[in-house]
Amino acid sequence: MTLDGKCPSGPIETAWDTHRFNMKLVNPANRRKYNVLVVGTGLAGAACAATLGELGFNVQAFCYQDSARRAHSIAAQGGINAAKNYQNDGDSVHRLFYDTVKGGDYRSREANVHRLAQISVNIIDQAVAQGVPFAREYGGLLDNRSFGGAQVARTFYARGQTGQQLLLGAYSALSRQVHAGTVKLHTRTEMLDLVVIDGRARGIITRNLATGALESWIGDAVVLATGGYGNVFFLSTNAMGCNVTATYKAYKKGALFANPCYTQIHPTCIPVSGGYQSKLTLMSESLRNDGRVWVPKSAADATKDPSTLPEDQRDYYLERRYPSFGNLVPRDVASRNAKTVCDEGRGVGHEVDGQRRAVYLDFRDAIQRVGKSTIEARYGNLFHMYTKITGENPYESPMRIYPAIHYTMGGLWVDYNLMSNIEGLFVLGEANFSDHGANRLGASALMQGLADGYFVAPPTISDYLARVGWGSKITAEHEGFKAALGETNDRIQKLLNIKGKRPVDSFHRELGNVMWDKCGMSRTKEGLEEALKRIPEIRAEFWENVNVPGENKGVNQSLERAGRVADFLEFGELMCLDALERAESCGGHFREESQTEDGEALRDDVNFCHTAAWEFKGVETAPTLHKEALTFEHVKLTQRSYK
Amino acid sequence: MKITLNVWRQSSPQAAGAFVKYDVDGVSADMSMLEMLDVLNDRLESKGEAPIAFDHDCREGICGSCGFMINGVAHGPEKEITVCQTHMRSFKDGDELTLEPWRAMAFPVMRDLMVDRSAFDRIIQAGGYVSVRTGSAPEANATPVMKEHADMAFEAAACIGCGACVAACPNAAAMLFTSAKVSHLGLLPQGAPERDKRALDMVAQMDKEGFGHCTNHGECEAVCPKGISVNFIARMNRDLLKATLRSTR
Ligand SMILES: Cc1cc2nc3c(=O)[nH]c(=O)nc-3n(C[C@H](O)[C@H](O)[C@H](O)COP(=O)(O)OP(=O)(O)OC[C@H]3O[C@@H](n4cnc5c(N)ncnc54)[C@H](O)[C@@H]3O)c2cc1C
Ligand code: SF4
Ligand code: FES
Repeated sequence: MTLDGKCPSGPIETAWDTHRFNMKLVNPANRRKYNVLVVGTGLAGAACAATLGELGFNVQAFCYQDSARRAHSIAAQGGINAAKNYQNDGDSVHRLFYDTVKGGDYRSREANVHRLAQISVNIIDQAVAQGVPFAREYGGLLDNRSFGGAQVARTFYARGQTGQQLLLGAYSALSRQVHAGTVKLHTRTEMLDLVVIDGRARGIITRNLATGALESWIGDAVVLATGGYGNVFFLSTNAMGCNVTATYKAYKKGALFANPCYTQIHPTCIPVSGGYQSKLTLMSESLRNDGRVWVPKSAADATKDPSTLPEDQRDYYLERRYPSFGNLVPRDVASRNAKTVCDEGRGVGHEVDGQRRAVYLDFRDAIQRVGKSTIEARYGNLFHMYTKITGENPYESPMRIYPAIHYTMGGLWVDYNLMSNIEGLFVLGEANFSDHGANRLGASALMQGLADGYFVAPPTISDYLARVGWGSKITAEHEGFKAALGETNDRIQKLLNIKGKRPVDSFHRELGNVMWDKCGMSRTKEGLEEALKRIPEIRAEFWENVNVPGENKGVNQSLERAGRVADFLEFGELMCLDALERAESCGGHFREESQTEDGEALRDDVNFCHTAAWEFKGVETAPTLHKEALTFEHVKLTQRSYK
Repeated sequence: MKITLNVWRQSSPQAAGAFVKYDVDGVSADMSMLEMLDVLNDRLESKGEAPIAFDHDCREGICGSCGFMINGVAHGPEKEITVCQTHMRSFKDGDELTLEPWRAMAFPVMRDLMVDRSAFDRIIQAGGYVSVRTGSAPEANATPVMKEHADMAFEAAACIGCGACVAACPNAAAMLFTSAKVSHLGLLPQGAPERDKRALDMVAQMDKEGFGHCTNHGECEAVCPKGISVNFIARMNRDLLKATLRSTR
């Protein structure tokens, strides 16, 4: 199989416009004859479903929560980037494009990223028109801030609730179409399989989470906007229900999964406090502007009250190792260093499973320098949140932080049209792999989700539909649907019939520990090989010894979780395999074997300047690797350095 | 610590429910309320018993999925937080807690602590939006918005749609929720053209869903995890009155 990204030729600046002009259109009178299934109502899915509805297509939208408004996009805090250059500080479409390619450590497609930067400006217009209450200046115009180390202030924000406000905007557009009758919304409905007929995506199988009923849905195109797979690590900053099921099932039906090993770790999260921990909470990175990161010099001092430790017994390891960037080194560098000092036994805080995994983030000096009230004005809400969760007061004793999984850059492989290698299967938002390469810049996920949903997918889906026409009649009686429905039902019955001894979560935790240890912040050949041995063992025990109480009738949350964990138990293996295969370090993927003398990530552009896209061959059979070569014509390949 | 729970168990919407008592030991003060339920549920699952069903997702107080009554108070004893953010350090060893679902005619119980809040979605579908097609938006900075208005609109827009306001209201009214959306959009110039129609349509839907009427108890504001102010209800009532007078329908 040769992977064709279908990137338009010609100058990159006009490529998207030219491409749009060349696309086919569906006559307005015919649009309602097409059925499009949109799975997911986060930023990407809600924006896409609403826009297709406005155009007059017949849309069925699905989400697993009880309302479309609760998709995980709601939790994004920091902001959304756009190349508006309202601050006149030198930003431009080209600069956002350049920063994103470089930030992605040269593992994304230039053409896609350029389009993203171009569209970013339209997103802000759209959101404001919907009533998204972005922060404003006294003159009434929109305010911006600089985010995640960017040198320009291009981030739009709505206090610490940017994702919530953008999602509510998309949700309102979606609700308007539900009212208009163009979109039918199916909440508490989980997609459990994709139906492919004659090489085309033609439908999905869902389970109604309120009744347990399995249903077949027929479509002329299927859109997956089902978010990221960070929960493969069990503990992450993702919502509890985030899963890989929809994309993994599509993978099992032939869609290629690209770069699954690219995951992003956020350095400033509240550490684990006990074995019961269910998720991790992110604290804004802005804290590192004033907080100083340290651990005791000696492991013996790990349990001492930090305020009693004099200056010469503290190790401000980021300031020591990176004198010019200090506490503001990029996310992955900060994260890996925290792991290193904890591995050395110098971690602080609660002991969980015999280890202390936290470092101090100390505001003592900042409070002395600028005063408590200034710190309160800057971070009051974050300090409040920290106190609520930990019961400690960060004005008096240092915060404790530790890295956590936050975002997944990998996802289903898509071409420039956001269509996977399966005809008629479109993948949007965090679920696809397309724009962030090996590392995502802060405030760029919201931008990508909305770009995909509002502006990219609607015309490319229309083009696809215009080309295939609506003539082909398929009913739920088709063999393809009957087989998928049968398999889904069998799997559910199998899960329910095991009635073993261990609860579902215990397997998820066990898998998460393996993933975090072996395929987390830093990875080695030996570690990954161990994980590849261990995961199938956990999976085997799961299928023998899990206890999923109840039956497939009505609400059964154990069954919901069991299905998702079963998929993670297969997917984790694919991630480790991809991480093993990519013997270089790049972006969020750090292979200990591939580092500079200073311990920094070392890319290998000769052997790995490609996208790795995996083809399913069977659960117990190794998948086939396909490579899409990446070329860089506009941004020169360079090695990054933060010394 | 050891906590005793009286949990409302109801196996389906049609079934009769009842309180069931559970003793949970080994509870840590650092656990959240939902993590404490996870621990209990793991124990129930290991024994092959049905775990307690409750809605939850983000566990950060922002998605609005979670919510139930703790000893008769929506989202429990702490101010301005959801149950997912309530930590066990708010309670003490030996405490007995009664956990019950939201009770309102418009929110039928689905199972245990889980209710059907789709009525809220239908209120939004009735008019909780600005009618702007993708692609038809003007340049964002073309219309400046007074900072005070933008800030106040944000305060209203912070509603997470959890339903605690309805659960706390003696009349099971949805005024706080509805008024928050009506005010958020009504305060912005972008929402002005549809201001009358929006208020009329959303309130009509609210009535149709079977929510009760507001008699100014203020219980809603007291339990709202996002601190939405009852002033928005007064604001909506003014909007409604003006809209009714102006209405040509
Ligand atoms: C704590 C946190 C903070 C963040 N902050 C920022 C930020 O400041 N700026 C930024 O740019 N990005 C941020 N991100 C990243 C960003 O929020 C996400 O990448 C983005 O919102 C994903 O949007 P999405 O539409 O792709 O998916 P989601 O919003 O995750 O939506 C997924 C949808 O798919 C549905 N779904 C999933 N599986 C199924 C299934 N099997 N069947 C049916 N439906 C299904 C869900 O119900 C949901 O509707 C943050 C992420 C986290 C975790
Ligand atoms: S107004 Fe407050 S209590 Fe009511 S739904 Fe909104 S956030 Fe919940
Ligand atoms: S689980 Fe999202 S608000 Fe509580």
